[in-house]
Amino acid sequence: MKFDTPATTNPIDRLKVVGRPTSRIDGPLKTTGTAPYAYERHDVVANQAYGYAVGSTIAKGRIASMDVKAAEAAPGVLAVVTAGNAGPLAKADRNIATLLGGPQIEHYHQAIALVVAESFEQARAAAALIRVDYTRADGAFDLERAREGVTGPSKDDPDSTLGDFAGAFAAAPIQLDATYRTPDQSHAMMEPHATIAAWRGDQLTVWTSNQMIDWATTDLAKTLGIPKEKVHVVSPFVGGGFGGKLFLRADTLLAALGARATGRPVKVALPRPLIMNNTTHRPATIQRIRIGATPDGRITAIGHESWSGNLPDGKPENAVDQTRLLYAAPNRLTGTRLAVLDLPEGNAMRAPGEAPGLMALEIAMDEMAEKLGLDPVEFRIRNDTQVDPEKPDRPFSQRQLVECLRLGAERFGWSRRSAQPARNRDGRWLVGTGVAAAFRNNLLTPSAARVRLDKHGMVAVETDMTDIGTGSYTILAQTAAEMMGVGLDKVVVRLGDSKFPVSAGSGGQWGANNSTAGVYAACVKLREAVAQKLGFNSADAVFSDGVVRSGNRSAPLAQAAGDPGLAAEDAIEYGDLGKRYQQSTFGAHFVEVGVDAATAEIRVRRMLAVCAAGRILNPLSARSQVIGAMTMGVGAALMEELAVDTRAGFFVNHDLAGYEVPVHADIPHQEVIFLDETDPISSPMKAKGVGELGLCGVGAAIANAIHNATGARVRDYPITLDKLLDRMPEVG
Amino acid sequence: MRPFTYERARSPAEAAAAAARSQGAKFIAGGTNLLDLMKLEIEAPPHLIDVNGLALDTIEATPDGGLRIGALVRNTDLAADGRVRRDYGLLSRALLAGASGQLRNKATTAGNLLQRTRCPYFYDTAQPCNKRQPGSGCGAIGGFSRQHAVVGGSEACIATHPSDMAVAMRALDATVETVKPDGATRSIPIADFHRLPGDTPHIETALAPGELIVAVTLPKPVGGVQLYRKVRDRASYAFALVSVGAIVQPDGSGRVALGGVAHKPWRIEAAEAEMPRGAKAVAAQLLAGANPTPANAFKLPLVERTLGAVLAEAKG
Ligand SMILES: Cc1cc2nc3c(=O)[nH]c(=O)nc-3n(C[C@H](O)[C@H](O)[C@H](O)COP(=O)(O)OP(=O)(O)OC[C@H]3O[C@@H](n4cnc5c(N)ncnc54)[C@H](O)[C@@H]3O)c2cc1C
Ligand code: SF4
Repeated sequence: MKFDTPATTNPIDRLKVVGRPTSRIDGPLKTTGTAPYAYERHDVVANQAYGYAVGSTIAKGRIASMDVKAAEAAPGVLAVVTAGNAGPLAKADRNIATLLGGPQIEHYHQAIALVVAESFEQARAAAALIRVDYTRADGAFDLERAREGVTGPSKDDPDSTLGDFAGAFAAAPIQLDATYRTPDQSHAMMEPHATIAAWRGDQLTVWTSNQMIDWATTDLAKTLGIPKEKVHVVSPFVGGGFGGKLFLRADTLLAALGARATGRPVKVALPRPLIMNNTTHRPATIQRIRIGATPDGRITAIGHESWSGNLPDGKPENAVDQTRLLYAAPNRLTGTRLAVLDLPEGNAMRAPGEAPGLMALEIAMDEMAEKLGLDPVEFRIRNDTQVDPEKPDRPFSQRQLVECLRLGAERFGWSRRSAQPARNRDGRWLVGTGVAAAFRNNLLTPSAARVRLDKHGMVAVETDMTDIGTGSYTILAQTAAEMMGVGLDKVVVRLGDSKFPVSAGSGGQWGANNSTAGVYAACVKLREAVAQKLGFNSADAVFSDGVVRSGNRSAPLAQAAGDPGLAAEDAIEYGDLGKRYQQSTFGAHFVEVGVDAATAEIRVRRMLAVCAAGRILNPLSARSQVIGAMTMGVGAALMEELAVDTRAGFFVNHDLAGYEVPVHADIPHQEVIFLDETDPISSPMKAKGVGELGLCGVGAAIANAIHNATGARVRDYPITLDKLLDRMPEVG
Repeated sequence: MRPFTYERARSPAEAAAAAARSQGAKFIAGGTNLLDLMKLEIEAPPHLIDVNGLALDTIEATPDGGLRIGALVRNTDLAADGRVRRDYGLLSRALLAGASGQLRNKATTAGNLLQRTRCPYFYDTAQPCNKRQPGSGCGAIGGFSRQHAVVGGSEACIATHPSDMAVAMRALDATVETVKPDGATRSIPIADFHRLPGDTPHIETALAPGELIVAVTLPKPVGGVQLYRKVRDRASYAFALVSVGAIVQPDGSGRVALGGVAHKPWRIEAAEAEMPRGAKAVAAQLLAGANPTPANAFKLPLVERTLGAVLAEAKG
């Protein structure tokens, strides 16, 4: 189905199932511990052996020699796979460094070997016996230093400009020129990267944990140099990904190689200490923001440059993207600056670009409001735009940022806030509130599905879409139930299998809108097949309560299926609506923090998010997405940082004791409001995404609240107590 | 993890004797620290002696009015004991500030005293660490040292002792009761139990090889307001950046011990004479000769400020 004109009224608009708060249909599997996660799939293939990955202990250089004899001779060991004996391997375009390194080493903990043994303990013990001599090479590990050498854009990523930024900024009566820093971050999902691989002849099956089935299939085939048809990827449940499982990673490749070397199924999970340095992370940024405004609070010039580092051929963290679209200004400059760093690969983590970008931009807006003597909510409203500021003939399909800010301010009690910082004390706590805008683009990508109807009236949905904890199973079931006029109890959903039609996958908050639209498209086809089978006119057939009606005729849905059943497959494909309209999601975050007057410990007391993100397909799972994202925002603001050892070139705090993420005690009352919105430009579902929007801006709202509480303006994340101490009042 | 043999000892003396028989043997109590270290091969004992069945899990009153806490008493049970809560509130508070409910259910009194540092370089076997591998250097010095010691460190090691419980024990003047492989028993004052790193950071306590802790005794209660304040980046389940344990008497005198600042729970009795003069004066003495890194220099004002808050709270 080609979607190239705005959606009109369609069966989804009945909202009998879609749009209703619906508990996860896979909930019972999870609460009973029976949802099959990759590493625990003991049932799928017999005789599984265990693989243990070995990571490089230098960041850059070469393996001079590697002695695996002791490991091979250790009890239970079946094979030791290295780049030297694995056979020729290609590198997929979506990987920057090779997944099995050697002799060249590109980053710390790059995998250099897999030990396969009868038991996990044997594999791990043998792995410790491998002796490696390295020839170290000098590397660049320090973004601050590397930044000095990078003053302009890279060839592939030119600056975006409008008007005369430099002139307008210089002429602006009120100016801000400030630099902000966000650290490297780890996805820190619960389930580690894990795979079981088994060969049958030349046919490879992997049970794994991956967000993008078709990418994994394509890239595994390419890396191994075998046809894609020979690779079967299965990933029905994913214990969190946040972008860390978008790509083929070492667990999958190593399991496949280990299985090939031993002739046995092999399972591999990356140990937690390997995850931070072996897989991808969100790269650190240094962001310079310049804003010029007139005294009445109109922005005349806005500039945002962001420095980040990556391995050679890596991409920059696009932390300036939202600045191109969020506020009006006639003169603009945005651009990324990319330095080469020999740290592990930087790549997407939940809301890549916008998450760190808004952490900086929305502090800058707060600072600017302060300079102008304007309320920060009002300052943002004053600079709203309903069109793409760089291309004014492109309107936003929907843009309710102002409504989010206004409603949020009212519900949060914003008017009670003191504009003067450090004025509000509650016992030992200095209390402050902060606001930030939330913004994340809506990305359109084709998504296919198959729908089957059987003689009992059961509807089965099959698509390679993944559920990474987000609730995909449930919204896809709701979509099919709505379209076919049946209850949720009549729908089964099968996901995460490369034998199913290729979906949008999970990432970039594009999953919900695109994958449900794909199911919508397949259901439209199935409805036509049903109508035809029943001899009904498909244009006026109504599907409801398990019955199909047309004029004064009616028949049970099951009847149309008959013994052989009916099936239909289709995909949603997009025309140029995405070019003609700017499609984005909006929100406003309001936060109250307390800062301990003595120790400067920061604790969040209250959080509110107001979101405008198209039709909310399932308010219950959407709320879960947003509060989870807000929690991640607390981590980003207050504690998460991969500490770089700039001598040895690695992230030092590579476990969950050293890399702190929020615990329950850090998370206070959270409230989420969704504005009533349908966006007919986005898809027949009129929906967009919320999973990343909920994170965007949270960090800055917290930073601004800390400033309001204490008067201290911290521009380096995470905002830990050591950065505030010297601004705190006398104790006693 | 390397293969190891395992036995259950039947009496404390037998456990100590068994430890002496097999070089590098280790006792295992709750296992919450030892097993993690064995998985990473930071510890590689060829033989484990399980001390859980030794009936060392009771808390008894001593003739002089104190408490004798068995080495195997779980942190949860110790924190919840009515006598501890009434007479040694500092200990109960410190225990409850540590780890998580699940860990405290397993963690034992002796194991807690003997838990090893959380220095991330100690945990990464590819990195230099004098504590893990004597003579290999110290990764933390010149590296990521935000958590590390500001006093009592050496050129060989700037690790901290991570225990909360031990800070309270230090302020309460606890004594560690042991039995040696030859059956001899001794009492080690807590002040002498943990060592500074010097040039042998791998030797952390006064225990001799094979020496088993059987109990920790507390002298009779000293009264006062007893507070424990643990400062950290997140609200729970994190090691202290700094912690302050204090006992404050109505006349303003008292005791102070610090966590998160040194290789051992940090107390300098002479500093306590300054207590009536306030936190600044006490902190100045406690931290005299401090040698922080740029990344952890904030701990100096943080100690003073936290102590100030604790003393203010004690006054009510
Ligand atoms: C995730 C995590 C978070 C934590 N957070 C904190 C925290 O915030 N604050 C805190 O204080 N602690 C914390 N801990 C540490 C925890 O308190 C210790 O792991 C625990 O107290 C160790 O006790 P155990 O009985 O399990 O010791 P084990 O692991 O069994 O043993 C530890 C050591 O003591 C030796 N040993 C045990 N019993 C005896 C004995 N009777 N005589 C001689 N030697 C003996 C063992 O040989 C071993 O060397 C944390 C631990 C974890 C894993
Ligand atoms: S501080 Fe101590 S424990 Fe840490 S690396 Fe240095 S020697 Fe090892």
